[in-house]
Amino acid sequence: MPDFLLEIGCEEIPARMIDAASQELRQRVMALLSREHLSSGEVTQFDTPRRLSVMATGLSASQADVTEQITGPSVSVAYKNGQPTPAAQAFAKKAGVEVAQLEKVTTPKGEYLAARITKKGRSAAEILAEDLPKELAAIYWPKNMYWGKLNERFVRPVRWLVALLDDETIPLEFDGIRAGNSSRGHRILSAGGVTIPRAGSAYVDSLRAAKVLGRTEREHQIRKALDTATRTVPGARWREDKALLDTVVNLTEFPSAVLGGFDPQFLSLPEEVLVTVMRDHQKYFAVEDASGKLAPYFLAVLNTDSDPQGLIRHGNERVLRARFNDARFFWETDQKKSLLERLELLKHVTFQKDLGSYFDKTQRVQRLCSWLSEILKQNGITVRPGVIHKAACLSKTDLTTELVKEFTELQGIIGGLYARAQQLDPTLPEATRFAIADAIYDHYKPESTDDTVPRSLEGAVLSIGDKADTIAGMFALGLVPSGSKDPFALRRQANAIVKVIAEKKLPLRLGELMRDARAGYQGLEAEKKFVADAKFSESIATFFRERLEFYLKDVCGYAYDVVKAVLGADAEDVVDAMQRAEAVKQVLHMPEFQAIGAACKRIRNILRQAEEKGIAPAATFEYLPDSAHEEKNLRAYMERTGPRVEENRSKKEYFDALLLLSTAREHVDAFFDKVMVMVEDERLRANRLALLRTLLKEFSTIADFSEVVTEGKA
Amino acid sequence: MNPSSSNPLTFQELILRLQTFWAERGCVLQQPYDVEVGAGTMAPETFLRVLGSKPYKVAYVQPSRRPADGRYGENPNRLFKHMQFQVILKPPPENVQELYLESLGAIGIDLRHHDIKFEEDNWEAPTLSAWGVGWQVMLDGLEITQFTYFQQCGGVDLFPISAELTYGLERIAQFLQDVDSIYDIVWARDPESGSVVKYGDVRLADELQFSVYNFEEADVEKTWEHFRLYEAECKALLQQHAIPEEDQNPRPVSPKIGETRTGHPDQDKTRFPVLAAYDLCLKCSHLFNILDARGAISVTERVGVIARVRALAVGIAKAWVDQQKSEPAPLAKSDESEPVREKKSKKEKFAPVG
Repeated sequence: MPDFLLEIGCEEIPARMIDAASQELRQRVMALLSREHLSSGEVTQFDTPRRLSVMATGLSASQADVTEQITGPSVSVAYKNGQPTPAAQAFAKKAGVEVAQLEKVTTPKGEYLAARITKKGRSAAEILAEDLPKELAAIYWPKNMYWGKLNERFVRPVRWLVALLDDETIPLEFDGIRAGNSSRGHRILSAGGVTIPRAGSAYVDSLRAAKVLGRTEREHQIRKALDTATRTVPGARWREDKALLDTVVNLTEFPSAVLGGFDPQFLSLPEEVLVTVMRDHQKYFAVEDASGKLAPYFLAVLNTDSDPQGLIRHGNERVLRARFNDARFFWETDQKKSLLERLELLKHVTFQKDLGSYFDKTQRVQRLCSWLSEILKQNGITVRPGVIHKAACLSKTDLTTELVKEFTELQGIIGGLYARAQQLDPTLPEATRFAIADAIYDHYKPESTDDTVPRSLEGAVLSIGDKADTIAGMFALGLVPSGSKDPFALRRQANAIVKVIAEKKLPLRLGELMRDARAGYQGLEAEKKFVADAKFSESIATFFRERLEFYLKDVCGYAYDVVKAVLGADAEDVVDAMQRAEAVKQVLHMPEFQAIGAACKRIRNILRQAEEKGIAPAATFEYLPDSAHEEKNLRAYMERTGPRVEENRSKKEYFDALLLLSTAREHVDAFFDKVMVMVEDERLRANRLALLRTLLKEFSTIADFSEVVTEGKA
Repeated sequence: MNPSSSNPLTFQELILRLQTFWAERGCVLQQPYDVEVGAGTMAPETFLRVLGSKPYKVAYVQPSRRPADGRYGENPNRLFKHMQFQVILKPPPENVQELYLESLGAIGIDLRHHDIKFEEDNWEAPTLSAWGVGWQVMLDGLEITQFTYFQQCGGVDLFPISAELTYGLERIAQFLQDVDSIYDIVWARDPESGSVVKYGDVRLADELQFSVYNFEEADVEKTWEHFRLYEAECKALLQQHAIPEEDQNPRPVSPKIGETRTGHPDQDKTRFPVLAAYDLCLKCSHLFNILDARGAISVTERVGVIARVRALAVGIAKAWVDQQKSEPAPLAKSDESEPVREKKSKKEKFAPVG
């Protein structure tokens, strides 16, 4: 039971791709082993920027032998006068056995000769040598390349391969490189190659000696180094940043960290700008003082063990100084033209080639935000018109600033900061100006499902208006996301709309919102490029329903059937859907609702079958002289509780409404126990169908309970 | 404090060392191209030489003009014209990364005392219909080199692949000399008197004057006209050389200017001034950059103008490849042209769909 090791030695693999590829390689190897019936112990992965490795313990040295029977000629052909004919001899020869060892088997077609042969299992080395190269070639990379020989395609050039079963090299070849036992250590800290004596723990040990650490160890070492370096500044802490940590872990083979400083004068620049330069451009961790304020220090993670002469720190400080100087230069230059003056410049910035400039977009978003404010006002929510109007007007002007051109990820934020720093209008009270600034600052939020929503109501409306305008325009152009293709990130933007509406509890219906957004394009030049309108509402509805489903399920954590049931009743009102989902979740485990779920399914089936047979329900239910006792009871119950349920429902007291509905169970059960719906008597039948139709309708106003997964029998 | 050695290289010594290093590794030392380019990649020694099947190794300094990046000489880190040291290795040797690191040693950077990282950075030039994958090489947090494996150029899939190393000379000199401003870089030091000439002494005036010209004085109408003239001439040349759709198809074509003289199209191909056509294309690219800096190109226009320059570049790349195939090769003329096609289709076969 040998140990197995495979290492693909590469030129530096992009940091963002390593984790997924390493995982995939391990899974591919596991699948290969199981497919080929080679058992193994633990299968683990090991990766650095320059290598992807898989290790397996206790591998079967070879497949088990398999015995099988093959049939040959019929007995009548194989023997003449009790003697084997050439046919029998040829078959025996082919099967590799003596004629005397041949057996006779009876098949439906008669008696035939058969031979029992044992297929030798192939050795693990043989299988791996043959199949591993195919697995390597199949690894998914977001971007592939050629580098030398024609059929080589990988994320970066492959330079060496190690493939071992214990200490034996597996004779595998990947694009002209033969596997051996020679690996490579750290580029700078380890001279020459590294010989891997055997698979198993010796591999990781050999690499450690050559200053190469695995992922977990590197992360640990980086955290420790950051802690140690930060401790030299009293009271300071480094800012945790998971994404940045993952990046630097995958940029290093043997990491350490240095603390550098910068001129405190730069702290007069907005923190957002300083942090973006450090994090996004230099991959530095920011440092804060005891009060949580940004301190004039940074932490750089190195791919080497130390910086004894301080040269590395010095170099990094110089680079950061240049970057900060640039940022300050941009900040000062940008102040020479106010955001108001920049509005005109937006005419020259394209939003989308068929949808016009950002100036056009600004006008649409301004209008849309007014409409949304009006809807909210009718529902008793006041959006300050002076704030939303101005914020929408200036929201995109920062796209013309030098700072945003340099740091595009700060769009919106820079606009907000400038709006705060500039006097937009001498008559504006400062509080209004700050509210405008905050709305602009927040209006790209939330950028992901983890991100927070805008702080103010105006920020929320602007965020929704901006995104709805984009989605409406793109859908109207027919640029609808499909599969993995979503170049304009419309799904993310729709998710953001849902999230903002949900968290701000806004009474906005998705369909109406998007109709309003679409109406913003009415009569504009862009409209000439639009595709047929009928498809618009339909595809928008499906699109947003999926987004809402995603939000309820993946963000709020509601069960799949709860979400289905709730959206089956209505998928337009986000806040309402959440309230109903919460109520449904609470009652769903009750036996009454399990029963009601089953009943709803049953009613739905009955109604469907009736419709298929062309049997129509009566217009309304009537108490007929021969109506069954149970059906009268059910009807009476509905008349009694219906208005109360409706009252609860209109007050959005869904839990109470559902509790009331749950009392229907005994009447429903009794009805189905005693009453036959599809009877011969047409009048009775139509009457009962009418009763069921009304019942289903009443049940389904909060959730479509036929979607509920029932525990018992339906 | 000087980070690397007690005696940092001057700007010109830096260039000399890199030239010597790469010359010793078999590179042709070319001289800077004498038509305005935005990057060393656009010099024909890269753009054209990476096309086709012939191995080639070349190194050269390329002053690279980017009108919009000008800052009137006021910004210590930005230039209208910066210097690149460009190396093309076609095909790249297996130890190309190690060679590159060795070259850093040759300019006085002891990597044992520094932090070097290869960080993903893919390169794309829409005007040239070219792209590649590779890294930005980071030295103590400073991007000092673009390292790219070219995949496509002028819309043509490349085989063999070329490795392109683009050293940012000013940045490296700033690093070596530990100066915050480009203009403080010591360009030359008189070995006898010890007096120095700085980058600012040599270049500050043209940074200022070209900023004035590119941002303020360039006559938009005339620049457009120049653009149109160069474009028209380039197009006219390409049309004369138009390659029939089915590349090698020997069907008789209506006589073109070249053919009327000899009637031997293949021989005439070598006379086709594709290099001159490329110069015209470079002119267009530079004029486009001036117009852009001048703010004379609206966003909607921009895409269209880029497409026009790209059309020229793509046409030239095709013509050049075609010309290479028919270039008289004394040994195996027919072998010379065929493998490229054969290999290309093989490559396509291996490429996954989509």
